Parts: sequence; structure tokens; C-alpha cells
Amino acid sequence: MRDTIAQYLYIVAGLAFVFAIKWMTAPTTARRGVIAGELGMVIAVVGTFARPEVTQFTWIIVGLAAGAAIGVPLAAFVPMTAMPQRTALSHAFGAMAATLVGIAEYILRQPHLDRFTMVVLGFEVLLGGLTITGSLMAFAKLQELIRGRPVVYRGQNIVNLSILAIALAGIVWLAIDPTATIVFAVVVVAAVAFGVLLIIPIGGADMPTVIALLNSYAGLSAVAMGFALDNKVLEIAGALDGSSGFILAMIMCRAMNRNFRNILFGAFGQVTMTAHDAEVDDRPVRSGTSVDGAAILDGARLVVIIPGYGMAVAQAQHKVRDLSDSLERNGTQVRFAIHPVAGRMPGHMNVLLAEADVPYDHMVELEEANELLSRADVAIVIGANDVTNPAAKNEPGSPVYGMPILDVDRAGSVLVIKRSMAPGFAGIGNELYYLANTTMLFGDAKQVVGSLVSDLGQSG
Amino acid sequence: MNIQTGLYVFLLASFLGFELIRRVPQLLHTPLMSLTNAISGIALVGSILIVGSSQSVTTTVLGTIAIAASSSNVIGGFLLTDRMLRMFRRRR
Repeated sequence: MRDTIAQYLYIVAGLAFVFAIKWMTAPTTARRGVIAGELGMVIAVVGTFARPEVTQFTWIIVGLAAGAAIGVPLAAFVPMTAMPQRTALSHAFGAMAATLVGIAEYILRQPHLDRFTMVVLGFEVLLGGLTITGSLMAFAKLQELIRGRPVVYRGQNIVNLSILAIALAGIVWLAIDPTATIVFAVVVVAAVAFGVLLIIPIGGADMPTVIALLNSYAGLSAVAMGFALDNKVLEIAGALDGSSGFILAMIMCRAMNRNFRNILFGAFGQVTMTAHDAEVDDRPVRSGTSVDGAAILDGARLVVIIPGYGMAVAQAQHKVRDLSDSLERNGTQVRFAIHPVAGRMPGHMNVLLAEADVPYDHMVELEEANELLSRADVAIVIGANDVTNPAAKNEPGSPVYGMPILDVDRAGSVLVIKRSMAPGFAGIGNELYYLANTTMLFGDAKQVVGSLVSDLGQSG
Repeated sequence: MNIQTGLYVFLLASFLGFELIRRVPQLLHTPLMSLTNAISGIALVGSILIVGSSQSVTTTVLGTIAIAASSSNVIGGFLLTDRMLRMFRRRR
């Protein structure tokens, strides 16, 4: 009886999760989605408490208290600029739960482990294990605890694939002989090692794809847990998480013109390897002061701002909002053009701008942005580089060729706010900087935008 | 063990997930990831089953850590998603 109640509650919970995702498709209903998700989770947990086999509660409460102690500060105090790190860390937590449950199940079910459950447990710890270390590595790189530069060496893919092959062979072995505890341990160790190796060749600009992919793996390990426990709500929630990460990874890939197969094989480092061929370009650029910049902006009817990761690094988003406000006071229409891979995780720039109180209907996606750019008087590029490079359209030999870009060069005038002429992630020069209608404003994004605001105030 | 039903549920849920998530605008990609993270904290259910029916010290320890890890995602994930979504405002 109690078990039947639990099963029905799981159905309701699964439905609530589906609605949670459905309501995330529009900003007006998104918060309702959060409530649906919360309700689903409460119902699933209550259902689990109702199950007859759950008899001891002490350690459950200890665990929940510890989870709240970690989760609440992580939610309440993490700044929006650190969202990528925070997300990577939570992927690690989710995967850790799946892996530990997988190990515990393996121990508990000995020696009566059927083949199907064994294989599923194998995949649970494989996906979970690689996601733990992969996410922790991504976290460390994003938090700059370790150097973010990609590390590539000869035969890297062969080493990585061999370790993955060892893990898979281990699962096959366990399917034949589930009692081979040592082999199970080897699978766990190989998975954990594979996660580290997978992220070693990843650099900063590839992080959005990687984070999305790790999200997918974490979800799939929950699905594997669902199969092992024959628990439908785990399968549904895990499938939603897995497909979400997968789609986001695909969108990121398309936005960088990367082959999706590259990602599955972890060959992210390719573009950076060609990066060292970048030629030193000594053509002159026109550089200006904030007074020049303000003069260009004065009287503009439409200004499009292109923010990139540089804006986040300089914490310039609030100043950028000030700039947008003063432009609007001058009667200028301002829009923010956001490339899908700007920042370090999907949608990163949108959250930063939203935090700085930029209304979301002023943020536009690629297609609409390019339409606006073609009739914009001024485009302001703040800390973005490769996503504005015309070489993506004009130079078939370029590493960024084929990547969908923001057509900044089509705007009447272009202001580029940048620290120096140093190339972006792809390691190539940007033709945009040498165009006749481009003015470079060198300096820290926050300071330059700040001076633009005050100079605009004086001229207006 | 019901393998076929499990596969049905998994495939249909994945299909539904694909169709719904394709419609999420880029604007909400970060909150979406945060929300699905909280939802994948459903691993909490598996963790509670391990600890609640505990038979050995080892599995209790593993399960309790798993509860802490997954519930931190659940609690933190939902709170954070809502915190982010509160920031998204239309033109004043």
C-alpha cells in the first residue's frame, strides 16, 4: 500500500518536472517553473519517505542538514560573474551523489546482482565518476585555481580513449562476473581519471560547451541510477537534465562552428593548436579617447552594444548599464547583441546584464542583432573579440571561418573597448580593428565605459 | 526489474525534454541550466533509499554524503534559479 502511494507520488513529481521545464521557455512564466520544480522535488522526497523500506531517518536528516548548509550560501552569495564556476561545482555534486549511490548499490546487492543491473550500475559510476573530476577541473580552471590554458600533447586522444576503453572493458567483465570487486574499483578509478584528462585540453572559450556537456552526463548518470533502482521519477528527471545539457552543448557547438563529434571525443583543443601561427600585425589602428568616443555616440539614433567575457572580467556590467541609460536620455535607442557563446556558460551575458538591471527585451539574439547592426549608427564592442571577427565570413583559411558572427563591421561606426591588441581565444588578429570606421578605446572596460558616460553627460 | 518500461519512460522523457528545451530562449539558458541542475538533484531519492534502508556502516556513510551532495543541489539550485529569474525585468 505505502509503496503504491509512493509510485503515484512519483508520477505527479515527474509531471511537475516536465511543467517546470515547459515554463522555462518564456521569461514571464519562468518563476512558475521554479515553483513547479520545487513542488515536484518535495513530492518525490515525501513519496520516498513513505516507502516501507525507509525506516531509519537520523542520517537522512544529517545529510539534508549538511546539504542545506552547503546549498543555501552557494545560492545566496555567489556573484553572477561566478555562475560558470558555481554551475560546474554543482555538476560535480550531482555526479558525486550518483556515483556514491552506484557504489553503495553495488555493495548492497552482492552477490545477487543480475546482468542488466550490473551494466547499468557500471554506466552510473562511469558517467558519474568522469563528471565529478571533469566538473572539478572545469571549476578549478574557471576559478583560476589552476591555469586555464589548454594543455595539449601528442597522442592525447589515444591516451584518453584507452582509459575510456579500460572502463568500458571493465563493465563488460562485470557483466560476466558481477562479483569481481577489483574490476568495479578499476572502472571507478578509470572514470575519475578520464574526467581529469578530458578537461586538460580545454581552454576558456570552450567552457560553455564543456559545462553543457557535463550537465548532460550528470543527468544521464541519474538516468542510470533510475534504471538500477527501477525508479521512474529518476529516469524522467535525469532524461530532462540529460537532454537539456545535450541541446545546450549542440547550440554552443553550432555557434562556434565546431563539429559535434569533436566534443564527444573531447578534441576541444584544436583551434588553440593553430593559435600559435598568428602573425604579428603591425598595421596602424585608429585609437581614440573617451572624448572621441562620446563625440561619435552623440546624436546616434541606434547604438548596439556587444558584450563579451571581457566585460565580466572587468565587472563593467553596471557601468555599461549607466552608459545605456545616458544614451537613452539623449534619445538614442540602445540594444544589447549577445552571441550564444559570449561568456563562459550558455546565457552568461544575459544574466550579468539582467543583474545590472538591463531590461531583457533590450537583449537580442544573433539573427535579430545582425538585422539591427546593419542599420545601427554605432556598435560598441566591450570585451568581445572572436565573435565579431569578419574573418569568419571572408577568410576560408581562418580558424574561426564559418562561425556565425555578429556583423559589427556593418554598423556606421565601431567603438572597440579593449585592454590591448592581444588576440582573443582563437589567437588570431581581428580585421575589424583595422577598418576605416573603427575607433579603438584602449583601457580597462569599467574605466573606459565610466569616462564615456561622463563625457557624454558633458556634451549632452 | 522492468527494462522495457524503463526504456519507454527514458526515451519519451528525453524526446519531451528535447522538444521543450529547444524552445527555451538563449536569454534563459543560464537559469535553465541551474534549474535542471536542481531537478537532477533527484539523485536525492536514490540516496535516501540507501540510507533509510541501511544495512551497513559503509553504505550509510556513502549514502549520507550522497544526500548532502544532492540536497545541496536541490536546495541551492532552486534558490539560485529564482534569485536569477527575479533579476530578469522588462523595460521599466
